[in-house]
Amino acid sequence: MNRGDNAFQGVDLDDVVTRAGGWLLLIFLCVSAAGFAADTGFAVHMMICAAAATIAAFYTLRQVGREPEAARPDRYYDDVIRWGVIATVFWGVAGFLVGILIASQLSWPIFNLGLEYTSFGRLRPLHTSAVIFAFGGNALIATSFYVVQRTCRARLFAPALARFVFWGYQLFIVLAATGYMMGITEGREYAEPEWYVDIWLTIVWVSYLVVFVGTIVKRSEPHIYVANWFYLGFIITVAMLHLVNNISVPPSWLGSKSYSAFSGVQDALTQWWYGHNAVGFFLTAGFLGMMYYFVPKQAERPIYSYRLSIVHFWSLIFLYIWAGPHHLHYTALPDWAQTLGMVFSVMLWMPSWGGMINGLMTLNGAWDKIRTDPIIRMMVFALAFYGMSTFEGPMMSVKSVNSLSHYTNWTIGHVHSGALGWNGMITFGAIYYMTPRLWGRERLYSLRMVNWHFWCATLGIVLYASSMWVAGITQGLMWREYGEDGYLVYSFAEVVAALHPYYVIRTAGGLLYFAGAIFMVWNVWMTIAGKLRDEAPMTTAAFDPAKDRPVVPARTAAPVPLAAE
Amino acid sequence: MAISFLQKHKVIERNVMLLMVFALLVVAVGGIVEIAPLFWIKETVPKVDGVRPYTPLELAGRNIYIREGCSLCHSQMIRPFRDEVERYGHYSLASESMYDHPFLWGSERTGPDLARVGGRYSDEWHRQHLTDPRSVVPESIMPGYAFLADRNLELPHIDRDLMALRDVGVPYSDDDVKKAVADVLTQGDFSDGDKAELAKRYPGAQSRDYDGNPGRLTEMDALIAYLQMLGTQVDFKKAAARETAK
Repeated sequence: MNRGDNAFQGVDLDDVVTRAGGWLLLIFLCVSAAGFAADTGFAVHMMICAAAATIAAFYTLRQVGREPEAARPDRYYDDVIRWGVIATVFWGVAGFLVGILIASQLSWPIFNLGLEYTSFGRLRPLHTSAVIFAFGGNALIATSFYVVQRTCRARLFAPALARFVFWGYQLFIVLAATGYMMGITEGREYAEPEWYVDIWLTIVWVSYLVVFVGTIVKRSEPHIYVANWFYLGFIITVAMLHLVNNISVPPSWLGSKSYSAFSGVQDALTQWWYGHNAVGFFLTAGFLGMMYYFVPKQAERPIYSYRLSIVHFWSLIFLYIWAGPHHLHYTALPDWAQTLGMVFSVMLWMPSWGGMINGLMTLNGAWDKIRTDPIIRMMVFALAFYGMSTFEGPMMSVKSVNSLSHYTNWTIGHVHSGALGWNGMITFGAIYYMTPRLWGRERLYSLRMVNWHFWCATLGIVLYASSMWVAGITQGLMWREYGEDGYLVYSFAEVVAALHPYYVIRTAGGLLYFAGAIFMVWNVWMTIAGKLRDEAPMTTAAFDPAKDRPVVPARTAAPVPLAAE
Repeated sequence: MAISFLQKHKVIERNVMLLMVFALLVVAVGGIVEIAPLFWIKETVPKVDGVRPYTPLELAGRNIYIREGCSLCHSQMIRPFRDEVERYGHYSLASESMYDHPFLWGSERTGPDLARVGGRYSDEWHRQHLTDPRSVVPESIMPGYAFLADRNLELPHIDRDLMALRDVGVPYSDDDVKKAVADVLTQGDFSDGDKAELAKRYPGAQSRDYDGNPGRLTEMDALIAYLQMLGTQVDFKKAAARETAK
């Protein structure tokens, strides 16, 4: 275990030479693969891998002659979390920007720019992957490493492996993103990356599980805090979904194309079993882990109910998996599967609200804070939107509602009320909580600016969600409108034209949300730079750096005044 | 009772291996119950006459369709509602996508459903529409794909694609694999290949110059060939009622 601590830091020359040799071999393999590639896209990707290996080799060799960094078992390992915070902010801004671009393309097709690389069909997966996997994924990895150390009172297990997880995940993002622009896609929503990128992600993900579980194993606290159950559930389930949904056969081992192992009906349900649980575990269970740590900490109150957290954890992870077929109502999927999907989706409402209630009620006795503390306000708003979208979801999964809402922008509105409202806001809250603590600052550069971020984002979400709801219902009703003559009233093109104003309002909403994120960039930047904005004070949770330490001799520590129990 | 339940749960809360194993068991159930039976219940995909694997040219067109993300705006799944059936044609059958690796049912209709677009418009219309969508549909918000007509269709290894698909269960014969490259040229009217023989192996396959440019075999040829066959395999007029009134 100590070996892991020092793996990248030792001055042992043999060790450095071995590792640099390994990287050089990898560079050679990648360049050869690029040379023999069956298609240009694969060649470009192999060159990107070669470049990544070159950077790794460079940093390995640079360690020669340097003093090894002293291992600090009395400090949490936060380097990788600091990088994670920066990466989250960076990918968030990138993902929002691409979102604005594709929203503009639907409003004014000229924004497709006449280039194949920037057409809607290629940029849409870029947007969804950038916000879900790059922004959300980095937020999850960074916060999970932050939370698991602090709730276990233990330094992160295998920091070198944690660094591999971070950089390996960034490489995954770069490969996926460049692939989409070159048209490399499996054509499965939220699982677009091709087979070799999937294999890479699997390696990174298993390493992530090892670091996370390893830290729990070496904990100083006897009890595993509930946030970690959710993170663990998310990591394991995403691994299962990813492995099953991406089984495919490439025609060439040096080409970027592959064919799914399943076809038609079976492929559809496998994909939506994956797709819905990407929402259920990536965007829900993982983010609930975030919620279970940061909301009690920011509110400075223990979590509302320990018993509720147990009940809603197990029922949430059990029920979510069944809900996939509601994406396939009235399709060629057998009726029994559709019905099962609908019934479980409706039941899912309860554990979802269990989580919301547990979060919101944590503010009992501290509700005044949402008036004075903009960070807790952001988190409460996130929970409110979590509640709203987890009510809307079950409603939309009822077959008769779905017959109207399916294929329309209502779905887009629903997804974004969850993504912008719940995932976005809870992530922003966590970033604002962690940044001053990670960089050892007295407080954020500006709490007032958090407030501006909050209002821009809120207004943006309102414009976005309401315009898409109206657009979706308009679409659904116009498609099925019959005249007195017994004929369909509207051609498809007329419906497209009717949606134009809503597409424009949606773009405006996206711009507002983006403007809020710019305040965050500024605020985080200045906080890291160590500046404090001169402003009328607002309240936030207290922080004592001296207490933010792991317990050194394991398993003898006094109980920590943390949430739960 | 509640207290003893909480006491027992404490065991899981203190043992990360137990927590992992239980969580994995709990999340595995739904998928096993819902997905696994689809592979062995025969009625899931009832057999229907006429459904055949894609010709190599159609397959190439389908891969372009996937590459450009067409399925993000165009569904290929007509639901059994009066308005959809009147607008798009007979509702989609499970068997019609039985050779679709991956399926392309889609989830949005930013543009219209394409499950039965085959034969609805002329090749010329598709060519113009793909090159400049607003020249034929002024309200359209679709991106233009003019570059497809300028790019040669290069498929030196399409036979490997057929072999990969055969590995996952599409019944291509050895003959189909061997003739794959030649079939592309034949169907695109780019060689003197035997079109009748092609149509015998792939019933209903139409061979012609799709992109209006006989001098070249382009990606536009492949994409239009794919679009023109969509939803045309099953002859719904032929189907007889299964039950008759006495």
